[in-house]
Amino acid sequence: MPSFVITEKCDGCKAQDKTACQYICPHDLMALDREKMKAYNQEPEQCWECFNCVKICPQQAIEVRGYSDFVPLGSSTIPLRGTDSIMWTIKFRNGILKRFKFPIRTTVEGSVDPYKGKPEPDFATIKQPGFFNSPARQE
Amino acid sequence: MEKETCTFSYCKKPEVTEVDCDLLIMGGGMAGCGAAYEACRWANAKGLKVVLVDKAATDRSGAVAMGLSAINTYVGENKCADYVKYVRNDLMGIIREDLVFDLGRHVDDSVHLFEEWGLPIWKKGDDGFSLDGFQAAEAGKKSLKEGGTPVRTGKWQIMINGESYKVVVAEAAKKALQTNREKTGMAQNHFERVFIVKAVKDTNGKNVAAAIGFSTRENKIYSFKAKAMICATAGAVNCFRPRSVGEGMGRTWYPVFSCGSGYAFGMQAGAELTLMENRFVPARFKDGYGPVGAWFLFFKAKATDSYGNDYCADKEYLDDAIARYGDYAKGMGTAIRNHLMMRAMKDGRGPILMQTPNAMAALGAAFTEKLGEKEGKKKMKHLEAEAWEDFLDMAIGQASLWAAKNIEPDKSVSEIMPTEPYLLGSHAGCAGFWVSGPGDIPGTPEHYSWGYNRMSTVPGLFMAGDVVGASGHKFSSGSHAEGRQAGKAAIAYILDNASYKPSPKLSLDEIAAELYLPFEVYEKYKTYTTEPGVNPNYIGPKALQARLMKISDEYFGGVATWYMTSRTMLEEGLKLLEMLKEDANKMAAKDLHELLRCFENYHRILSVEAHARHILFREESRYPGYYYRGDHNKIDDVNWKCFTNSKYTAETNTWELKKVPYVQMFK
Repeated sequence: MPSFVITEKCDGCKAQDKTACQYICPHDLMALDREKMKAYNQEPEQCWECFNCVKICPQQAIEVRGYSDFVPLGSSTIPLRGTDSIMWTIKFRNGILKRFKFPIRTTVEGSVDPYKGKPEPDFATIKQPGFFNSPARQE
Repeated sequence: MEKETCTFSYCKKPEVTEVDCDLLIMGGGMAGCGAAYEACRWANAKGLKVVLVDKAATDRSGAVAMGLSAINTYVGENKCADYVKYVRNDLMGIIREDLVFDLGRHVDDSVHLFEEWGLPIWKKGDDGFSLDGFQAAEAGKKSLKEGGTPVRTGKWQIMINGESYKVVVAEAAKKALQTNREKTGMAQNHFERVFIVKAVKDTNGKNVAAAIGFSTRENKIYSFKAKAMICATAGAVNCFRPRSVGEGMGRTWYPVFSCGSGYAFGMQAGAELTLMENRFVPARFKDGYGPVGAWFLFFKAKATDSYGNDYCADKEYLDDAIARYGDYAKGMGTAIRNHLMMRAMKDGRGPILMQTPNAMAALGAAFTEKLGEKEGKKKMKHLEAEAWEDFLDMAIGQASLWAAKNIEPDKSVSEIMPTEPYLLGSHAGCAGFWVSGPGDIPGTPEHYSWGYNRMSTVPGLFMAGDVVGASGHKFSSGSHAEGRQAGKAAIAYILDNASYKPSPKLSLDEIAAELYLPFEVYEKYKTYTTEPGVNPNYIGPKALQARLMKISDEYFGGVATWYMTSRTMLEEGLKLLEMLKEDANKMAAKDLHELLRCFENYHRILSVEAHARHILFREESRYPGYYYRGDHNKIDDVNWKCFTNSKYTAETNTWELKKVPYVQMFK
């Protein structure tokens, strides 16, 4: 389901040094047309439809259209990702609407303190099983 | 044909940056993030420098980029020895039991950390029904570490709300790298959008001195010199012609951006491979490739032929499978279930159907009986949301495909289908490198351990996740844990080899010339034709991939031949592959994006070559349902219950293959 960018909504993330979709796409698909200042998917047949560009776009300018080789027209899948939950609106070809809301994280984004409350590593054990913070199970 | 070289006569020479560090981690997926988390803690105490390079943005890179709806390896109340037996059964009897046991005894700590960092994990409610991560917290349920009860689907799997799984894990890794920067004074130790192309050997003839790559955002080349390296990049996808060849080519089951870079890196370094003949052919919801695990295990749905028959119980198919594959057929591992499905499809009994309405009806009836009409309906609604979340967390396109085809799982059945082949070592496959085990597990034979856990046969080159061979079924949590194991062992190696100073065999100018050759070739010839896309002097990245896919599909057992190959087919295909490899010297790129695609496809070519040569060497059909040797269509334990290892020598373009004894450590 290749992502597409709605011309009217995309502002090329002009306030930032790079576009959000370019930053996040795991497969280097999103490109910026510098003349038009609009983003586009430069290789739709390589799109995994991971929706990361859709979720991150500050203008909600990106959606996806079903893969042309096997998806009938007429449905849509729209996420709205918040700080702790994600909401999905799914429209069927026959008009049925489904809405779902799921948790995404239980902590505040950016709040992870990786080694807080964890022991210092013990170099006497570096060649033994176990991690710096916990021993390996016996069985 | 004349060989092309890059003298920067046509394309501009890029800036070359050398980065010196102690430990280099390549890949920012689950294994890479695990490696960074563990290694930085040890490294900080000794002032060692840790660097992580990722070709994408670490928040959403690797196989968990989209999210996941389950963690498939959590040992919990089970025993590690049973985990070994489960993995052994599914991988047709040949695994490195030391590595798998070692993984099992470490994996739970990573899952506990994920929950601590903010991953919502489902818990069992007091009424026996499932609570999502938020409901569990509201109900005061304990964390897994404190003894909370997860929602098990199978014996080893637990359910999560995993849309942001990777974001959470990446946050911890990035913070860990930040602590290392603060400790060592490095300006930068996390490089995103840098693609590692190859290993450069040391002048000492043993180590890998540098990993070289380029930025996909600016004209800049990097040479990362390190005392030790962890290769934590993914398996290989879209090596075989996929079932969808239009836009749907992107809808691979495993991430479309996994291109065998880890295999290529280790191979070019001369590291020994094992079981590269192994592959995974997942049976998934047709076209959308949505997961089936929750449907089978959690919703208790059955897969049948089009007439409602259980093809796995078909006497004729089963008798034939037992005659060819012995007791392995009775084990009903993933490969055998695939095999039986394919038999039914070849007999015209398809489409194969996942009977979702029956499963939902049975669950609905059970709810009504237990809770009454009203509460039962409420639970059913929750269950419906769970079914959709299973897709929306990890294969969103499958949900969209259902919507586009008006499929409501309680009303309509869905087709399932075996996909094109995938090469990987962390999911239900085990193709990868031969690495040292920890050595302390009773019964470990001598040839399984040479000092540092997860180190390849190249000193200082460690492996983690998809590229570790003979130990599949790690999945996301296991890959993270394995990254940590490799991270810790690599630090031990660095401390033991403190005097080692990397001395790359190639100069920075030579490196630049090699990496930018596709630019030079393109610029040199592009005006020869009116349309640069058709030019007799070079080959573009899409053509490289198309040729590779056609060779793999038609000669090495792709979907075109129902996964069938043989010595004669392999030999013919390898001739064509050799020409493709030669033509890779004429790869052409018009921009950085194409340069990335050129080298990604070169990595795929090397991965497929290893795969084909291993299939050729192993004269039996060890993995029916994944591939068949038509000339040896049986399992032959007498001659082949062993590892098949290989070593590629890049300098001479030669291969050595050998058998290595398998040892059963757990009865």
